[in-house]
Amino acid sequence: MASASSRVLLRRRAAGVLLRERLRLGPEPPRRAVSHFTFYPDPEPSEYGPTQKMNLFQAITSALDNTLSRDPTAVIYGEDVAFGGVFRCTVGLRDKYGKDRVFNTPLCEQGIVGFGIGVAVAGATSIAEIQFADYIYPAFDQIVNEAAKYRYRSGDLFNCGSLTIRAPWGCVGHGALYHSQCPESFFAHCPGIKVVIPRSPVQAKGLLLSCIEDKNPCIFFEPKILYRAAVEQVPVEPYHIPLSQAEVLQEGSDVTLIAWGTQVHVIREVATMAQDKLGVSCEVIDLKTILPWDKDTICKSVIKTGRLLISHEAPLTGGFASEISSTVQEECFLNLEAPIARVCGYDTPFPHIFEAFYVPNKWKCFDALRKIINY
Amino acid sequence: MAAVRALLRGLGRATVSCRTLMLSHARCQPEFTSLEEKPQFPGASAEFVDKLDFILPNVISGIPIYRVMDRQGQIVNPAEDPQLSREMVLKFYHTMTQLNTMDRILYESQRQGRISFYMTNYGEEGTHVGSAAALNDRDLVFGQYREAGVLMYRGYPLDSFMAQCYGNSGDPGKGRQMPVHYGSKDLHFVTISSPLATQIPQAVGAAYAIKRENADRVVICYFGEGAASEGDAHAGFNFAATLDCPILFFCRNNGYAISTPTSEQYRGDGIAARGPGYGLQSIRVDGNDVFAVYNAVKEARRRAVAENQPFLIEAMTYRIGHHSTSDDSSAYRSVDEVNYWDKQDHPISRLRHYMLSKHWWDEEQEKAWRKKSRKMVMEAFEQAERKLKPHPDNMFSDVYMEMPAHIMQQRESLWRHLKIYGEHYPLDHYEK
Repeated sequence: MASASSRVLLRRRAAGVLLRERLRLGPEPPRRAVSHFTFYPDPEPSEYGPTQKMNLFQAITSALDNTLSRDPTAVIYGEDVAFGGVFRCTVGLRDKYGKDRVFNTPLCEQGIVGFGIGVAVAGATSIAEIQFADYIYPAFDQIVNEAAKYRYRSGDLFNCGSLTIRAPWGCVGHGALYHSQCPESFFAHCPGIKVVIPRSPVQAKGLLLSCIEDKNPCIFFEPKILYRAAVEQVPVEPYHIPLSQAEVLQEGSDVTLIAWGTQVHVIREVATMAQDKLGVSCEVIDLKTILPWDKDTICKSVIKTGRLLISHEAPLTGGFASEISSTVQEECFLNLEAPIARVCGYDTPFPHIFEAFYVPNKWKCFDALRKIINY
Repeated sequence: MAAVRALLRGLGRATVSCRTLMLSHARCQPEFTSLEEKPQFPGASAEFVDKLDFILPNVISGIPIYRVMDRQGQIVNPAEDPQLSREMVLKFYHTMTQLNTMDRILYESQRQGRISFYMTNYGEEGTHVGSAAALNDRDLVFGQYREAGVLMYRGYPLDSFMAQCYGNSGDPGKGRQMPVHYGSKDLHFVTISSPLATQIPQAVGAAYAIKRENADRVVICYFGEGAASEGDAHAGFNFAATLDCPILFFCRNNGYAISTPTSEQYRGDGIAARGPGYGLQSIRVDGNDVFAVYNAVKEARRRAVAENQPFLIEAMTYRIGHHSTSDDSSAYRSVDEVNYWDKQDHPISRLRHYMLSKHWWDEEQEKAWRKKSRKMVMEAFEQAERKLKPHPDNMFSDVYMEMPAHIMQQRESLWRHLKIYGEHYPLDHYEK
C-alpha cells in the first residue's frame, strides 16, 4: 500500500505532471480567499540601462549575481541555499560561482548569523539567508548583542558592516503563526543595525545592493507574497537605491498614508478608493528603511496634509507605527487636523484560518481613513 | 608554601564532605593531593600522557544499526524477536497503512487547493508506530511535525486529523495553525509548533517535572537529524544528562532537512555519536524495522524510568515524500534513490512480509483492508470538508488565559467594521 502511494508520487515526478488522485468530492474545492492586495508595478526605470522582466525573487537573484560577479570576497549561505533556496532566490548561483561561495549551512539560525558576523569581521562580504523571518529569533542574540554592537564596543576597531541578513517576511495567505510574521519592530529597537523592506522587484534589487554595500550590518526583509506575484522590468546591471530615504509615490493634499513592503500596495489602492469615493487626495509614502528611518520626508508630508494614517501587518502594540506616530506628534503637533490612525495587525499571533480577518486590508484602511477625514 | 598546604587541606576537607554527601557519585573527585602525578582538573577524569596525539574525529564511527528483521521481514536473531501477538502486529500494520492512506488523500487534497499545506510521512511509518507501541499511553510526547503515526497509534480519530488540516470547527486547535500541527491533551501529545528543535529542551523540562512526580512516566521527544543542528538540541541533550531526566530523545534520521543532505548537516557519525559526548546512553536502530524500533524504545523506556536517565535513539530511515507540499524534491535527489527506499526498503512492506510468513495476512485481507481503510479516510475527509470554519472570535481568545482589555477592544473594532464592510469578508465560511 505504501509502495502504491509512493509510486503515484514517483510517476508524477518522473512525468513532471500532476497526477490527480480521483477524490470524487464536491465538484469544486471551497473558494480560497482572494489576495488582499493588488500589486502596483512602477514604470520601467530608464536610468540604469537595459531591463528584463523579473519577479521579486528573480530580482533578488539578479542582485546576488551582480554581487558575486563583482566582489570576489562575497559569499552566500544559509539553509537550503545551495539548490536555490526554498523561495528560489539563489537558483543557479552555486553552479555559476562555485560551492565555496554559495553553500548550505547546518540547520541553525544562531550559527548562520554568528558565522556571518565572523565572515564580515574578517573583511569579506557576508550574505546570510534565514529561511523565514519567523525563524530569525534563535539568532536574536547574535544580531542584537553582537552584530549591532560590534563597531561601538570596539571603539570602531572591528565591525561587521559587510553583513547582510536576508529573510522572507510577511503574510502569504496561509502561513499561520510561523510563516507570516513581520518582526521589523523588534529590530527597530536595536541601535546599530539597519532594517530595510522593499515593495517591488525594482526596489528589491536596488535596496538589496545598497544593503550589501552599506558599511553597517543590515537586515533585509523580503515580502514573500510578492516573490512571484510582483513582476516588473528590472535593470540587469547593478544599481543602488539609497537607504533611509522614504519615497513619495503619489502626491496629495488631504491625508498622508505610510506603509512598507506589501502594505504599500494596499494603501495605494486605498488612495484611489479615497479619491473615487470620497474625493479625498492622499499622499502615499513607502518608508522602505525602517531603521534609521526618514523622519523628514514623513514630517514634511504631514505638515502639508495635516492627517496621517500608518499601516503595517505586524501587531499594533509596539509596532513601528507607534514610533512614527510619536515622532510626528512631536514634530507636527500644531499641523495635525485629526488623531494619527494606525491600521495594523491585531495583538494576537498570526492566525491561519482567520487571515482574511487579521490583515489590515484596504477596507480596514479605508474605514480608518474615513474616520480621520470626518474627525 | 604554607598557604598552598592550607589550601590543600581546605580542599581535602571539601573532598571529605563531598564524599559523605554524594558517596555513589562518580563525578566526585577522590583525592586532592599533588603527591601523586594524577590530574586534578575538576572538568575531566583522566591520566596524563607525554605523547602529543589528537583524537581523531572517527574515534566514534560506524555505530552499528540494530535490527530485528531483515529486508524480507525474516527475524534475524530469534532471541531478539519481541514475540508480539498477532493482534498487536495487526494494529501496527493497520496504523502504518492507515497513515499512508490518509497521507495520500490529504496530499492530493492540498494539490487541489482544498487545504493549504500538508506533510506526508511516507517511509517513516515504522519509526512512528514502533516507538508509540513501546511507550505507555500516558507518556508525554513532544513531536516535531512528522509524527502523525504516533498520534494515530494512540487512537486519535481520523475526524480530528482532518479537522485540524481543514482548520474547521472540529479542530481542537481552533483553526489557528497550519495543517499537521496536531495536539491532544487526552493522548498526551503536546501541540506541534513549526520552529525546529524548540521542543527538545522543553521536553527535558517536562521530564524533570515528571521525574519528581515519580509516576512511572517518561517523555519522548522526536526530532529530525536537521533539527539536531539547532542550539536548542545541544541545550536539551546537555540539560537532560546533567539533570538526570527520564527522557527518550528519538531522532528520525531520514537523510534530508528539506534539501540539505546529512553530508552537509554533520561530519560525525550521525546523531547517535553525539550521545557519549553529552553523557547519554545511545543506540542506533533501523527505523524501517518496526520491531527494532519497538525493542529499543521499550528497553530505553524501562531503564529511563528505573534509573532516571536520558536515552538517545537514532532511527535510520528515509523521507520518501517531498519535505512538504511546498517542496519538489526532484530538484535535489534522484528518482532512483527514492525508488530504492520505496520499493526495496519500506517499513510497511517489511512488516507485511513478516505477517505473510506468519500466515497472519494474505492478499484477500490486504485488498479488503485497503478498501475499508480508504473508505474510512474518505468519509472523514468529506465530513471535514463540509464543516464551517470556527467563529472569527477564536482569533482573539487564548492569547492570554484572560482576555486583556486592549484585545477585547480590537475584537469589538473588528465587528464594528464587519457590520459595514462584512460583504468583503468570507463570513459565510465561518460559524456564526
